[in-house]
Amino acid sequence: MMKKFFLSIAVAGLFIVYIVIDRFMGNTRSFSVAPGIASPTTEMVVPPVQRVKSLYRDGKYTGAVVDAYFGNVQVTVIVQEGKITGVQFLQYPNDRSTSREISAMAMPLLKSEAIAAQSANVDIVSGATQTSSAFKQSLADALSQAST
Amino acid sequence: MKETRIIMGMPVTVEIADERAAKDDLGMVFSYFVYVDDTFSTYKKGSEITKINKRRMLRGEWSSDMREIFDLAEQTKQETGGYFDIMTPEGSYDLSGIVKGWAIRNAARMIAGAGFKNFYVDAGGDIQTGRLNPEGKFWSVGIRNPFNTKEIVKTVHLKDEGIATSGTYERGEHIWNPLEKKMVADIVSLSVVGPDIYEADRFATAAFAMGKKGIVFIESRPGLEGYMIDKKGIATMTSGFSQYVS
Repeated sequence: MMKKFFLSIAVAGLFIVYIVIDRFMGNTRSFSVAPGIASPTTEMVVPPVQRVKSLYRDGKYTGAVVDAYFGNVQVTVIVQEGKITGVQFLQYPNDRSTSREISAMAMPLLKSEAIAAQSANVDIVSGATQTSSAFKQSLADALSQAST
Repeated sequence: MKETRIIMGMPVTVEIADERAAKDDLGMVFSYFVYVDDTFSTYKKGSEITKINKRRMLRGEWSSDMREIFDLAEQTKQETGGYFDIMTPEGSYDLSGIVKGWAIRNAARMIAGAGFKNFYVDAGGDIQTGRLNPEGKFWSVGIRNPFNTKEIVKTVHLKDEGIATSGTYERGEHIWNPLEKKMVADIVSLSVVGPDIYEADRFATAAFAMGKKGIVFIESRPGLEGYMIDKKGIATMTSGFSQYVS
């Protein structure tokens, strides 16, 4: 179940990428899949991206409804031979028809997750620059604790 | 050996894990950061950048470091479609988006030049790592929770890489989007891991100014990975980011 959940999140993240690219970056990165989304009847066949590892079991998985910045997204993903070979959008922003199918391989796989606090047992902490004296003390303290 | 000092208004920590490291080795690095602060800080009345902003120096009088930074800033502006810009809304130059990463990288090169291999340099949460920590493992770096600065929400393991985080949570919303002429509000934190801290820092600054599409920009740059947190507490990461997590 967790795997399916994360997969659905991943796919939702992927769709965010599409929306973002479509709205902002269309001129700087061209993805051949974009016209396929605009035209519901078109199914794109795109060569797999080598970076994607086979992390998934074969089958067809429907994810939860996920807030994807511009509205809700719900997807079904198809896995064959350990690779995502298709994604159907059951819900997405500005959608009028469903089951628009695109190839997941055409886009970088951005993944999303809800943040959660972790163990603070690290060597160093990365964060935006802070100038308050309280922070300086706190960080110096944390840094000294981090050095066991 | 490890030491933290407050320089450039921020905590700067240097740790050298090699056994022969001495106090003077750390002191050399801190002296360099003091020089950088004295030269590039817009908060210092006598700094070179303050003189430039007050039109008291001609370009021909600039130091070679200053000319290098302006060249790098111009290059970065072009590589980011104008999202990186040292020109402030008031019409003066603010070099903070590029000097810090550049200075950390130079400091790391000084340490490496002195023959050390295992170290890190952390200036205000932007970090260059070298090789391994004192336990012989990759350096573990926590990404701070933008909603609770006492917590971390992700841990990456780095070796000879840099990580920089841009965010709105420390000084309020201080990242300016030069193209849309407004402050960035959609996302609260963007961490970028790169081949060195200079690359990570300048692209973190620029990508943060892009708002939600910044993570897509990072995805598009070879060698960079990113972890973005939006104001709802949802993180979005690039496809290769997970290689640093486990």
